[in-house]
Amino acid sequence: MMLTMAGVHAHYGHIHALRGIDVEVQVGEIVTLIGANGAGKSTLMMSLFGNPRASAGRIVFDGEDITRVPMHEIARRGIALVPEGRRIFQRMTVLENLQMGATHADPANYAADLARVQALFPILAERQAQRAGTLSGGEQQMLAIGRALMSRPKLLLLDEPSLGLAPIYIRKIFQIVRELNRDHGMTILLVEQNANQALRVAHRGYVLQHGQITLAGTGRELLESPEVRAAYLEGGGHG
Amino acid sequence: MSAIVFAHHSMTPAERLRDAGWVAFVGLVLGIPLIGLTTVDVGGRLAVDTRFGLLAVFVAAAFSGRLALRWALDRLRTRKLARDRTSTATAADRARGAQRAVNLLGWIALGAAVALPIFYSDNRYVVDTATTVLIYVMLGWGLNVVVGLAGLLDLGYVAFYAVGAYAYALLSTQFGWSFWEALPVAGAIAAGFGILLGYPILRLRGDYLAIVTLGFGEIIRVILVNWTELSGGPNGIGSIPRPSFFGLEFARRAPEGEQTFAGFFGLEFSAMHRIIFLYYLILVLALLTHVFVSRLRKLPVGRAWEALREDEIACKAMGMNTTHIKLSAFAIGAMLGGFAGVFFAARQGFISPESFTFTESAIILAIVVLGGMGSQMGVVLAATLLVLIPEFGRNFAEYRMLLFGMAMVLIMVWKPGGLLAHREPTLRLKPLDTAARGREGAR
Repeated sequence: MMLTMAGVHAHYGHIHALRGIDVEVQVGEIVTLIGANGAGKSTLMMSLFGNPRASAGRIVFDGEDITRVPMHEIARRGIALVPEGRRIFQRMTVLENLQMGATHADPANYAADLARVQALFPILAERQAQRAGTLSGGEQQMLAIGRALMSRPKLLLLDEPSLGLAPIYIRKIFQIVRELNRDHGMTILLVEQNANQALRVAHRGYVLQHGQITLAGTGRELLESPEVRAAYLEGGGHG
Repeated sequence: MSAIVFAHHSMTPAERLRDAGWVAFVGLVLGIPLIGLTTVDVGGRLAVDTRFGLLAVFVAAAFSGRLALRWALDRLRTRKLARDRTSTATAADRARGAQRAVNLLGWIALGAAVALPIFYSDNRYVVDTATTVLIYVMLGWGLNVVVGLAGLLDLGYVAFYAVGAYAYALLSTQFGWSFWEALPVAGAIAAGFGILLGYPILRLRGDYLAIVTLGFGEIIRVILVNWTELSGGPNGIGSIPRPSFFGLEFARRAPEGEQTFAGFFGLEFSAMHRIIFLYYLILVLALLTHVFVSRLRKLPVGRAWEALREDEIACKAMGMNTTHIKLSAFAIGAMLGGFAGVFFAARQGFISPESFTFTESAIILAIVVLGGMGSQMGVVLAATLLVLIPEFGRNFAEYRMLLFGMAMVLIMVWKPGGLLAHREPTLRLKPLDTAARGREGAR
């Protein structure tokens, strides 16, 4: 088991954002977490990083309890986060951004990792001297993913990677997610509003509602489940 | 009103006239009470007199001035647009060009700085002013670490300047330490205060951080005013020993068994020797600061500062310990401020809390912001401007600070990112670039 969250509760101030979450991610899986705005998807993702810290329950990553481990330590243990809104270092160049991603990786791997990421995203090689803030939204998302990969993570967390992107980039991002998993064996936890696409690439999925997991199953099961169809697939959106 | 002020497209002549007319009208409305009417003394009584002639001149000046300004701005803009359109240079090429220009400017400035006392060896005013510029350059470079690189808004930077100055003053007057012995110790004390300030504000950001640092700056000043036994209170500390030239004093007569600088080199005694020595001393200190900060920028710690400025959450997600990053920025910024303080105390020979008011913090911050946050060369330009403008302004007596404020406003309107907003990348690329460019770029 790569990641286990057992009975996790978390609060944002007075808001009880997570109410007893049980989520499991196995090695080599893509697991997606879908849910409406404000359901607690991002909170769940950030609580893995201790921000907000789980007020109850346990988070076990790679056999170690990380519930109380400081945020920067968690990253060093092999979880890489591609945060919501990308959060690239705007005024730094593309290359510098990638290098920041390798902050705690073994320097011996740097050249190989850089080549691998640049092969995955050729645009990041072309634009390496450019200020990251001048990239388009889709390119910035690729940079954010590339930056996360530079640390050679065991688990990649993607928080709303398709948010605000043009359809062509959305397709591209999901294609990359699939490729990373299939060809590089990357374990991925994917938070998405774009339920249709997310469930199509995922092996398994969880539906989050008001801070609780209301449904769980394989991607296909959830895609065909009447509740999910009614709430997230047919009700609206461009899925 | 806003229609007058923010016209972003090029205007037709009719629009320009209308725009200037508006400005003239506003000028007229404001001018009637301010210029058109005046009080005169008529045999001990006050009477109102009118000056409509002067008012007309004023309104006409506003009208034509606005017309000329608009015309000049539009021309500049169209020219720039035309240039941008025709230029085939890529963003990277332009950045490289800008970098080369900045470097050239830096070498010219350095040459001028080294040569200055040679040309003005008998002009104490010029050398003194240049020394003041360099103190602010050094302070600007120190604060640049905190504000420009790490992005932590510090409104109390003067506190560390004060700590450095008082540390030297006390060590030298109470314990007889020399300048060179006290310099590193005072720097370390200031760095300690930087960490002390850093701890309580680790969780703060932006405005909140600014308020706490502002408070810290005031606390230090208030302590200096009130802790009379330690700091001499408002009377300050006097007769602080001046730095010597490798043991040679700058004095007319040396104490028993020692030599004077003039005596040793067989020169005739001149008060200028010390002034020039102090100038070169701060020049060397400033240059060391520059080399130090530039090196740090290219090390992981410097890059971490910049990453922190860009995005704290992303930094944490990258496994960076933001506590260490922030504290190191505060400590190093404070240490550099402390060094500047030591020099200040040694140069003045007398310090008091008066020298370390909030205005100083504000000016140092203005230097960093006007220079273009994080730009080393920008700090030099801005420090030079902000020290020289009030000096030139002396001819304008009471309008001096008005001129100072106007210059600040104009710079920010003209260059919102600061004088030199260009940021030099800390990494040079090899793979895609041609070898020749790579060699040129790497330094």
